[in-house]
Amino acid sequence: MNAEKTPGSPAAILGEGQLDPDALETVLAAPESRFRHDYLEIRDLRVSFDGFVAVDGVDLTVTQGDLRFLIGPNGAGKTTIVDAITGLAAATGSVRFGGVDLLGKPSHRIARAGVGRTFQTASVFDELTVLQNLDIAAGAGRGMRTLLRRRSGVPDDVAAAMETVGLTHLAATPAGILAHGQKQWLEIGMLLVQDAHLLLLDEPVAGMSQAEREETGQLLQRIGEQRTVVVVEHDMEFLRSFASSVTVLHQGRVLSEGTVAEVQADPRVVEVYLGSGSARAGSSGSSKEA
Amino acid sequence: MSGLWRNPTARLWVGVAIAAVVLFVVAPGTLSVFRLNLLAKFLCLAMVAVGIGLAWGRGGMLTLGQGVFFGLGGYMMAMHLKLADAGPGGVPDFMSLYGDGTVPGWWEPFRSPVFTIVAIVVLPTLIAALLGLAVFTRRVRGAYFAILSQALAAAFAILLIGQQKVTGGTNGLNGFQGFFGFALSDPANKQMLYFIAAGTLLVMVLLVRLLYRSRYGELLVAVRDQENRVRFLGYNPALVKAAAFAVAACFASIGGALFVPIVGIISPADVGVVPSIVFLVGVAIGGRATLLGPVLGAIAVSWAESSLSESFPSFWTYFQGGLFIVVVAFLPGGLASLGQVWRKRRAVEAPPDDEADDPAAVVAEPEPSTSGRSA
Amino acid sequence: MDAVISQTFAGLSLGSVLLLAALGLALTFGQMGVINMAHGEFMMAGAYTAFAVQKVVSDAGLSLLVSLLIGFLVGGLLGLLLEVTLISRMYTRPLDTLLVTFGVALVLQQLARDIFGAPNVDVRAPAWLSGAVPILGVDVPKTRVFILGLSIACVVALSLVLKLTPLGRRIRATVQNRDLAETSGISTRATDRLTFFIGSGVAGIAGVALTLLGSIGPTLGTNYIVDAFLVVVVGGIGQLKGAVIAAFALGLLQATIEYSSTASIAKVLVFVVIVAFLQVRPQGIVSVRTRSLA
Repeated sequence: MNAEKTPGSPAAILGEGQLDPDALETVLAAPESRFRHDYLEIRDLRVSFDGFVAVDGVDLTVTQGDLRFLIGPNGAGKTTIVDAITGLAAATGSVRFGGVDLLGKPSHRIARAGVGRTFQTASVFDELTVLQNLDIAAGAGRGMRTLLRRRSGVPDDVAAAMETVGLTHLAATPAGILAHGQKQWLEIGMLLVQDAHLLLLDEPVAGMSQAEREETGQLLQRIGEQRTVVVVEHDMEFLRSFASSVTVLHQGRVLSEGTVAEVQADPRVVEVYLGSGSARAGSSGSSKEA
Repeated sequence: MSGLWRNPTARLWVGVAIAAVVLFVVAPGTLSVFRLNLLAKFLCLAMVAVGIGLAWGRGGMLTLGQGVFFGLGGYMMAMHLKLADAGPGGVPDFMSLYGDGTVPGWWEPFRSPVFTIVAIVVLPTLIAALLGLAVFTRRVRGAYFAILSQALAAAFAILLIGQQKVTGGTNGLNGFQGFFGFALSDPANKQMLYFIAAGTLLVMVLLVRLLYRSRYGELLVAVRDQENRVRFLGYNPALVKAAAFAVAACFASIGGALFVPIVGIISPADVGVVPSIVFLVGVAIGGRATLLGPVLGAIAVSWAESSLSESFPSFWTYFQGGLFIVVVAFLPGGLASLGQVWRKRRAVEAPPDDEADDPAAVVAEPEPSTSGRSA
Repeated sequence: MDAVISQTFAGLSLGSVLLLAALGLALTFGQMGVINMAHGEFMMAGAYTAFAVQKVVSDAGLSLLVSLLIGFLVGGLLGLLLEVTLISRMYTRPLDTLLVTFGVALVLQQLARDIFGAPNVDVRAPAWLSGAVPILGVDVPKTRVFILGLSIACVVALSLVLKLTPLGRRIRATVQNRDLAETSGISTRATDRLTFFIGSGVAGIAGVALTLLGSIGPTLGTNYIVDAFLVVVVGGIGQLKGAVIAAFALGLLQATIEYSSTASIAKVLVFVVIVAFLQVRPQGIVSVRTRSLA
């Protein structure tokens, strides 16, 4: 599709990563969204794989304006909760967002209800360009006639999202050759144009440099002001800097919940983290769970 | 010239003009009636290939059952031709031979030429859409879909062979005299059939080009590579795939329908498991995800088969098997990717920048290396 | 009542043939994910092995037993050759493997045609397998009973190998987690080769068994390959149990429908049932659930 264009070299791409949160307003500016007040409400969520109980009666409420972090040792059920919300894993209990019951719906209907997610391994469409990736993300509601025609120009929300995640200069670059961090940003951009009101991000800053984490964190905070955002993350430093609230999971159950300070002070959290030996949430060092 | 070459629209019209001149002027002017008829047959097979390119190359659906849709179109056309030959109220010759000399009820509507043409276009498309929707919704894909489509081809061929009284059995349907009122023995009408086939193929290629460049085309590639991701963006991937599968079925059916008057026979040997896979050879060789690769590949392979298989039948089979092995194993992008490898080399040699060791630079054109990722 | 028994046995017999054809695939496709379209040609090679062995060993009984052994080796070695030369390069491209092995199938068929001739040939069945045995008042051909027994023996042998031997543990470990198996000191390459050898060898045995049912020709394999794959798909990936259930279920179903209609209608209806079944249970009868993206 862009046979003549020469994709930039990875080095050049890396140098220019600049997020532009100010462009965010344009993407999020859907008129009704400011007046919507959606929240995620999970009650007694249970997921089991062939007898192994991965999520065991989790209650979780996340409101708009909250930037909620889910943490816990490996196998605590963090990603499984996200899978259950998005219809990837069969679950019992109740998951409601914006008054809509999500459990039992097929994944694409859940997405249409305003729920967007990213994956641990950045999954973008490698052979399509950044622009094409975002355009597809923006287009779930398009009719036949629009689909069967070529894209003429760049839709406004796509342009704004591209600006927001700092990929405008790479619009014509195949997503497959983006740097790792840029793929993660592209995914966040896709969530924005998708008009997701509940954003579920699975390790959004994994593999990013310190500067990139900073930028991403600030962007997520800005998004969190107007959307419901849940972040699954291992990076404690990142969590301390940006989380407005934290839910600690352990063996499929909620162990503790509250602000960063409250959770860090919780003796049960300290015990689990020190006991598992994988990270030290209670210690002061900038530790990072493997 | 290079400016013209860069403009996609200009390139399109230049391409169409060249194709039109070759198909409508050069070929009829230089080839004998026999050769032209042979070329017409290849064009029919190329129609199937265009659809496979769409479903497999762009959509990742390895369909091993295109013979079914080719056969549906072919048999529907053949039924009409047999009924037309028999005259109003008449009974096709083979039915008196094998059966009780009455025309079964479901044959009757095919006396109408309009009904036949509509059915050829609509029926296989509908069947493919429903079948596709059913299996893709249940996330049957990859190898499972391939095996299922192959079983469909096997079942179809068995059904045709088993119902000799109404389908002609192993012999199929043959011995047609006329084509919508034109005598098939007349060379002028043979030439007309060729023109119809060439025009139809050209339209199909243009349609597919339109699809490839549309938002739907991009979406189809997205579904092929990351079906789940597309699902979480709010699309129903089953719909996206079923649409491409249905278009491919429609093309195969039209190809089959034109194949019948041109070749003069349709039989289970044209629609079963093996012919269904053989449709893929040309597509794989030409380049499954490219626009023209499947067409040129299909024509080239059919031409090679007809010129080699008569004089060296044993050699041809080895050659065909070998082609499959070499191209798919070692050149998955098809011959079209040779051009890209070459362009890439040249690009690397010319500008001395640091792209040389960037493997992803080959991805300049969405050129899928494989369709099997979702398996 | 006799009709029911005889149809039941016809179904079991058909099922046992399907099972023999599918058992090797349950290993190579089910455990390794390789779609080997040449599997049918390995069966054909097994069948021609029986034909060739009988040229040397004139006693039909002895030649059958020798053929079963050599057929296993011939099928296995062909499979090993295929794995080493082609399939090992293509584990990440399962659909392309299908096409490549179809090319191999074409070549093998033509080889058989050039070596043994295009017309079908016959292999004499041993005297102790001629005639029929009465079972529950119905006369059942002894060859059918033999094949039923052979298929069960193969299933038992294979599951013993998988369950008890170190090789079986290696195969299962590799299937469940290739990387972990590799880091635990298992050579996954060697395991792949051996799995493919055994799976293809079973195809050879199936081919030898088929010579008892009728004459054999170069396209013998194409008659079975589609059904064999369906058995594995319906049975579910990763377990022999599924293939066994599926083979006998499809065999019985086919025989039952055949009784009230024709073979071709039965075949088509069985296909319809399979598609409908996969709508309900896309993962097959027996499934191993894993947590993965797809």
